[in-house]
Amino acid sequence: MIETDNLTKKFGDLTAVENVSLQVNDGEVFGFLGPNGAGKTTSIRMLCCLISKTSGNARIGGYEIGDKKDSLKIRKMIGLVPDNVGLTEHLTAYDNLDFYGKIFDCTESQRKENIKRILDRLGLWEKRNVLAGKFSKGMKQKLAVARALIHEPQILFMDEPTANLDPEAAKTVREFIVELKKEKKTIFLNTHNIDEAQRICDKIGIINTKLHAIGTPKDLEQKVRGKKTVVSLEHVNNKILDALKSLPLKNLTIAGNKVIFDVVDPDKENWAAVESIVLAGGHVNLVNVVGSTLEDVYLKLVRESE
Amino acid sequence: MRLSKAWLIARRDFKIFGQQKNIWYSIFIFPVIISVLFPAILQFAGQRSRGLLTIANLPNLLDSFSFFIVIGAAFIPLGIASYSIVGEKIEKSLEPLLATPLTDGEILLGKAIAALLPALVVMYAGASVFMVGVDAVTSGKLGYNYFPNLTFAFLLLVLVPLAVIMSVLYSVIVSSRANDVRSANSYSILIFLPLMAIYFASEIRIITLDITGFLIIAGILSAFDVALFFIGTKAFQREEILTKWK
Repeated sequence: MIETDNLTKKFGDLTAVENVSLQVNDGEVFGFLGPNGAGKTTSIRMLCCLISKTSGNARIGGYEIGDKKDSLKIRKMIGLVPDNVGLTEHLTAYDNLDFYGKIFDCTESQRKENIKRILDRLGLWEKRNVLAGKFSKGMKQKLAVARALIHEPQILFMDEPTANLDPEAAKTVREFIVELKKEKKTIFLNTHNIDEAQRICDKIGIINTKLHAIGTPKDLEQKVRGKKTVVSLEHVNNKILDALKSLPLKNLTIAGNKVIFDVVDPDKENWAAVESIVLAGGHVNLVNVVGSTLEDVYLKLVRESE
Repeated sequence: MRLSKAWLIARRDFKIFGQQKNIWYSIFIFPVIISVLFPAILQFAGQRSRGLLTIANLPNLLDSFSFFIVIGAAFIPLGIASYSIVGEKIEKSLEPLLATPLTDGEILLGKAIAALLPALVVMYAGASVFMVGVDAVTSGKLGYNYFPNLTFAFLLLVLVPLAVIMSVLYSVIVSSRANDVRSANSYSILIFLPLMAIYFASEIRIITLDITGFLIIAGILSAFDVALFFIGTKAFQREEILTKWK
């Protein structure tokens, strides 16, 4: 549904997005995770045919971005929730949506039906005749989501839809995205909220100008940094430490009565470590294997890229 | 270019203007001044100084007066166009609009219609009142109704639209650089310079405000319009708006 191949955008000497290649399948929620200024908004703008690419290629629903005729077709099949909600504040919620429905050639009955359905789901139907400028931040964000959906697009681009929202409003927007996911909409979600990406997205790309990693949240946690073993002991003494140091364990650290080290193959490495501890007179209470969190992965990749 | 889409944008803008009192003031102030004040000045001047308004100099004076309709026509769209574009900039509502299947040309045309139509309608209405008022005051002296005449018809049907188009295009360019309506309006005032220059040129007899003079002015305004059209359409492009508009 969305495919990019070495997509690059330069503004003069500044490279905003460099050689980004990714694929988002039909019905997938893709999270583009990166810090501010990482090129997330620029990427969305290129994919929505709002700004030109410098090099590389991208296709949305089989249509090529950068091609004038295809650009119009792409803009017809997508919905965009920009980072700034960009509502017409002097129009009512209903008129905001009705205007966009007309632009997308929705018939009057389609517009009426869609506005009612979407505003109802977002809890805004009762407020339909209120000027958008009088809405709270959360309501405005919801209305911006509604506007992007008014023509029932196959693909939805959302640029940090929960940024600057209070927890309750952010939760409502997230729940709505999950509902859209159930409807098999393809969603491209820009965010710097790791928890949000992990909870909502099927696939995540970590970007900081370049795409540093891509995969499912689980893939990223395991593939990028591997796992850790945490061995809880009755007590740790020098004999046990010496025994462990004689083994090829990576990043061995002691935290209280816990021994922590990185593992690639837990079955093999943990057995050797436990055997050494027991032979050194130690008493093992618990052996636990934990994966790196997505946050660990994100921070590591972003720091490395800076 | 689909006119229906441009019209959609214009209609939405009309709806927004309906709630903006400031815009209404800027639309009505000039036509009211021209249509009421000028006949009143003539009436007053005629009563105070009978030698000033003679049959010989009245036609020249009336032609000079009528040129203020062109200047007024250029004034009206300034507030509307500035608000219409800078307002969207402030509300950041251009990005979602640009993400629709509308072309840059359709959006720009919609904005232009929204500024152009009220200006023309109000100015023509003001000009009609102006004609009736001036005729009422001067027909006794002249022995006939001076308006309507061919020169005035040329002014209304050619010069006024050209001045309005110039003003709209200029406002688009200014709005692309301005961050608020007030600063956009202050820069927009510069559009009066060429028109005032023409008026003063007529006062010192470099140009005459008759049909020949109006033809020359129409040529000058057309040249301005073409130049501003190219600059304006270059300023109003998706990438330019999203990356360079401050």
